[in-house]
Amino acid sequence: MKRLLLTVACAALTSGPALAGKAFVSNERGNTITVVDTETWEVITEFPGGNRPRGITVSPDGGTLYVCASDDNIIRVFDTETYEELPSLPSGPDPELFILEPSGKRLYIANEDDNLVTVTDTETRTILAEVPVGVEPEGMGMSPDAKFVVNTSETTNMAHFISTEDYTIKHNILVDQRPRYAQYTADGKRLFVTSEIGGTVSVMDIAEDGAPTLVGKIGFEVPGVQPEWLQPVGAKVTSDGKRLFVALGPANRVAVVDAQSLKVLDYILVGQRVWQLNFTPDEKFLLTTNGNSNDITIIDVAAEKAIKSVQVGQQPWGVVTID
Amino acid sequence: MRILPLFAALFWCMSAVTAVAIEVKATVLRIDYPSLLPISRYDLKPDDLGFAGAALGDEDNGTTGGFLGHTYETATVAVSPEEADAAMEQIIADGVRLIVLMAEAPDILRLTDQAAESGVLVFNVSAPDINLRDVNCRGNLLHIAPSRAMTADAVAQFAVWKKWGDWFLLAGSNPEDVKLADAYRRAATKFGAKIAEDRIFADTGGSRRTDSGHVLVQRQLPLDTQDVRDHDVVIAADETDYFGRYLSYHLWIPRPVMGSGGLRPTTFHGAHEAWGATQFQTRFEELTGRYVRPEDYNTWLALRVIGEAVTRASTADPDGVRDYALSDEFELAAFKGQKVTFRDWNGQLRQPILLYDGSITVSVSPQEGFLHQVSPLDTLGLDRTESSCQAFE
Repeated sequence: MKRLLLTVACAALTSGPALAGKAFVSNERGNTITVVDTETWEVITEFPGGNRPRGITVSPDGGTLYVCASDDNIIRVFDTETYEELPSLPSGPDPELFILEPSGKRLYIANEDDNLVTVTDTETRTILAEVPVGVEPEGMGMSPDAKFVVNTSETTNMAHFISTEDYTIKHNILVDQRPRYAQYTADGKRLFVTSEIGGTVSVMDIAEDGAPTLVGKIGFEVPGVQPEWLQPVGAKVTSDGKRLFVALGPANRVAVVDAQSLKVLDYILVGQRVWQLNFTPDEKFLLTTNGNSNDITIIDVAAEKAIKSVQVGQQPWGVVTID
Repeated sequence: MRILPLFAALFWCMSAVTAVAIEVKATVLRIDYPSLLPISRYDLKPDDLGFAGAALGDEDNGTTGGFLGHTYETATVAVSPEEADAAMEQIIADGVRLIVLMAEAPDILRLTDQAAESGVLVFNVSAPDINLRDVNCRGNLLHIAPSRAMTADAVAQFAVWKKWGDWFLLAGSNPEDVKLADAYRRAATKFGAKIAEDRIFADTGGSRRTDSGHVLVQRQLPLDTQDVRDHDVVIAADETDYFGRYLSYHLWIPRPVMGSGGLRPTTFHGAHEAWGATQFQTRFEELTGRYVRPEDYNTWLALRVIGEAVTRASTADPDGVRDYALSDEFELAAFKGQKVTFRDWNGQLRQPILLYDGSITVSVSPQEGFLHQVSPLDTLGLDRTESSCQAFE
């Protein structure tokens, strides 16, 4: 058994990217960012990330790291090479999750306490707009053409489709209780919204003009796990649109879903309270943050198997990767 | 009588959701009974008790309603027991059919029956009496407040989980205390705990506290808790709040205290942070300028039940709200880590119960390992087979 594991690990290493990439993990309780080498899966370093770091993303060139420092009410900015802190960005109060548009210019931030989505210019470091949304905005997704940003509101239980042209809401779709995350497919034709307390993923077809239609819901079932604990939070879809991976929170599993037929194919056991997940840039690996076991699990995407867990800081929340 | 209309902010936007304009009118009626001051100043009742939670519920509903063309208007009325019937009559005359009641069980029962004639749906957010969920249940009465059976079971499960199987039950002598003690005896039987010592701590009347009264308490309480059989934990049944809070540190034999002192069961408290509750706390504090009380959480939850039914079923009709709330489709996120739903056979809201030590959430029941064929939440309180309620059939 030991030998088998070792072989798998070696195979993973040799098939990895030529250049060592990095994963950045925000540790909500530890107030740090852990940096992990995505070739050796060794922790490179851990540095202060502000108070209660949660949402985490990088600039398109991979050089700048943005972190929602929720209790500082700002976005902390770091250099991904030197880990040096750069000037912060204004975010509005209690930023939890955000999404950066593909150009890297505008950051859309969910302000949980104020029922707002704040739009911040990353170059001038100014707030461009505040968009009123439902109660407790959380999840943020962006259409691949960058025309719409989708915000989910946890108590209103809607996905709000905000036009990036005039910052107004164009569509609202009711979903199940406590929606946490919104994820488009790469072709922009489909949107998945997870509902933590509802225990489902709402599936929407997206028309040419960006208008959504609710077409189905994905439910989950694991023998021996109480249905109450199957709580979908983070979700990612492969760029070919074939596989959807859903983090199931206290069920300690990631669901593997056929993104076309919407059938759940498998459940991958990971660490405890799996929250968010993200691919490496080459999509060979999927990393999950496990808040209650203080580690990340690395999933081999092609094999759909967990290959390793790596201890990070206290209560890892989000993860982002660079080449 | 005080009436504070709360108008929800309304903003319209283009919506993919079919927007049908609905006006939702609800009223929170609170009866203020004459009462003694509590043992702790922290428990002094603010004037807006319960109403503050209603204000937040109204605001939350209004924000959601803004996207759907639904408007919410929630009035709050505080009256003396003598004014209660007239107040109810007036609320009904004003056309309100969704009423949240903060009152004691006999008043809830009488006012609910009075309101039933006009098709009103009533939400009980205060009375823990088991009989309201049992022989005296009503088809137009939904219970947001947990019953004494639910809170006692929540405490009992934690004691069993801790393997504190032998209890010293110390009960007050007022009728509410006696009922609570009965709930603990029932819980002990249900979960296999043993009541090693069962005593009454008589209420001799008078004030709950006096200047430097602790001197006397420190000398008296150890004497009152002497000569008891071996026990792991003291369970205080003191709903009327005259001795439970004094027990920790003043027992003859040092033991943890649970129930009405020490570790207490509650629906919510101002330090609860798990499952996104911090957001609820900051919203509540910003709106009201104080920490939340369980009474506020209960009224908030009652209004959220209404809001959820209006949002999903597009109706503010009391029968429509009731039917949706009792249906399989109904589910609500309430900052307790899992959805809350109703028992469709007696109108009781299923919900986790927090165990609170006065500063933090120590644990949450149901405890791990307590299972039920419908939901682990049904290990708390009366089960279907134990209830003689027939009003929902």
